Amino acid sequence: MKIAIPIEENKEAVCVSFGRAPYFLIHDTDTKTSEIKVNPAAEAEGGAGLKAAQFVVDAGADALITVRCGQNAADVFMAAGVKIYKALSTYANENLKAMAEGKLDELTSFHAGFHGKS
Amino acid sequence: MRKLLILSGKGGTGKTTAAAAFIRFAEARAFADCDVDAPNLHLVEKNLGEPECFDYLGSHKAVVDPEKCVNCGSCQAVCRFDAIGADEKSHFLNEFACEGCGVCAAVCPQGAISLRDDVAGEVRLYLGERVFATAELKMGRGNSGKLVAEVKSALLKNAPAADLAIIDGSPGIGCPVIASMSGVDLVLIVAEPSVSGISDLERILKTAAVFRTKAVVCVNKWDTSPEKTEAIERFCAENEIAYAGRIPYDAEASNAINAGKSVADIDCAASRALREVFDRVTGQLTGSTQ
Amino acid sequence: MTVAVLSGKGGTGKTFVSVNLAAVAKDAVYLDCDVEEPNGRLFLKPEQVTSSPVTVPLPAFDGEKCTGCRKCVEFCRFNALVFVKNRPMVFPEVCHSCGGCALVCPVHAVTETPRLVGTVEEGLSGGVRVVTGILNPGEVSAVPVIKNVLQKVAQDSGLAIVDCPPGSGCSVMESVSRADYCLLVAEPTAFGLHNFKMVHRLVRLLHKPCGVVINKASGEYSPLEQFCAETNTPVLLRIPYSTELAARTAAGEVAVRRDAAIAGTFRGLLNEIRKEACDEKTADSER
Repeated sequence: MKIAIPIEENKEAVCVSFGRAPYFLIHDTDTKTSEIKVNPAAEAEGGAGLKAAQFVVDAGADALITVRCGQNAADVFMAAGVKIYKALSTYANENLKAMAEGKLDELTSFHAGFHGKS
Repeated sequence: MRKLLILSGKGGTGKTTAAAAFIRFAEARAFADCDVDAPNLHLVEKNLGEPECFDYLGSHKAVVDPEKCVNCGSCQAVCRFDAIGADEKSHFLNEFACEGCGVCAAVCPQGAISLRDDVAGEVRLYLGERVFATAELKMGRGNSGKLVAEVKSALLKNAPAADLAIIDGSPGIGCPVIASMSGVDLVLIVAEPSVSGISDLERILKTAAVFRTKAVVCVNKWDTSPEKTEAIERFCAENEIAYAGRIPYDAEASNAINAGKSVADIDCAASRALREVFDRVTGQLTGSTQ
Repeated sequence: MTVAVLSGKGGTGKTFVSVNLAAVAKDAVYLDCDVEEPNGRLFLKPEQVTSSPVTVPLPAFDGEKCTGCRKCVEFCRFNALVFVKNRPMVFPEVCHSCGGCALVCPVHAVTETPRLVGTVEEGLSGGVRVVTGILNPGEVSAVPVIKNVLQKVAQDSGLAIVDCPPGSGCSVMESVSRADYCLLVAEPTAFGLHNFKMVHRLVRLLHKPCGVVINKASGEYSPLEQFCAETNTPVLLRIPYSTELAARTAAGEVAVRRDAAIAGTFRGLLNEIRKEACDEKTADSER
């Protein structure tokens, strides 16, 4: 299964923002490999969460681990069958470990969209 | 960092006056002016040094190359924003109406239309012991919500250690207001005791509810209508909306502002009442982080 | 003649001035373009009110026809479309209703359906026809509602007073677009002056003749008077701050309907505006 995590400039810490994270970490649990990809939505004028969600879906992710997520992006993930989990720790690799141990909770509350303006 | 946003619904109720006072009371080291259409906080927050200024790129704007244009009018026919005009030589764009959708560029048979970056305003960041982020939107521009988001993000990035950030918002209920609400811990609504003020209060509260933002209300210039003030207080009680108190109309407040000072810099009825409101609001803020 | 009343800063008295101007004229139309917070109706209390919805087109995608080429998703500059499973999803608050996706779809899989963003109400108050634009809370753009309000009045149908939103952004631009004359309501304070200058620039940029009403005046605030003098902007009226007037306005009264003196003042203002607008027309034709 493929897991996506929005990450900071340092490529290690989880980014607080989903839509405008500079990078996404895509981890494949079958091959146990990770890729770091530039988030095409980071500089988007508006609807960044949506563009980032499109990117994550296209990357083949089955799950997303994030600190927070907007309602719009959440709607995309629901339609695409991607499960969203709440990040537990600061570092991406620690979250992956927690996920493998079944310690992560699903994210159930989403913030309202910034209406194409953020 | 806890974030307090000050809104009003109706214009002219005293948001900026309250914000300026709170900044003093809290000795806040991080504050922002998100009323990007008509910013005023910088007029009472002085001695901050020179700001760093950044161009704010809004959406794109379409531009017609008159050399390539053959005046066929295909662009005008598809533009939904009435943004295209024409003279004998060529068609041209109205930069104020253009929303940068790109439809005209897509249909132009001559490839005469391109989309360019549009400098829609300027972000000004004052850095030092106190961090102040403000901006001004170029006239006629939309995308004010995105500029608001940039002001907030500039503040958060440059003052991460600050305990409390105070954000002066804009009137209305539209995009700059909605953008300013995201991620704040509490919204203080400065209400005016009048028919208009009450109607606008209800609309801004509805808007805050749509975005699940916690709100607290205070009444400014309460003695211009004690009757309407009581109506607002009853409304808050009936709807379980937190209420932070009332501030009297005070000519001294206006005099202070005109002299470029915060109301909190002088001792008068308004500043004393604002202090009490501030104490109740900070009480709400600490409550909300539990 | 269409007169737009604007201010830059909120709370200076745009609605107070526009409502009273409309009420004192015979046979005027009052257009409330402050659709985020429309308040003229609270004073004029129109009767026989009819309402019509304001909608914007929202794309819908036919899953059968869609080939998954994603030309629509790539075209959308607002990122309002996301391709999931087998067809695009649209996010209404982000969509600008530009029609681009429908245009670029090679198999005509996109149709547009109306989405409600607000309402326009029309009614009568004495001799005044009241047209009010109301934006639904949670909607971001006031412009479609404002456009709708302005369309309710034919170009040359007598006196129309447009109550504009505060600020100098796109909503204000739209509200002022049809005005023959702009009346700027200024407040003699530091905040008031700063925002007044912004809206003054806007009005001059659009080449609209303008004049000023200084409201809530108490003593003289010289920076404002100076600015008007320097820019050759006529001050048509100075209304002193009055606790009584403030109280009456707070209570939702139309001052000219209760007080003969104030009615006289506003009649005078209307005449001044007519004179100024006429002078401009004559000057224009002489150029």
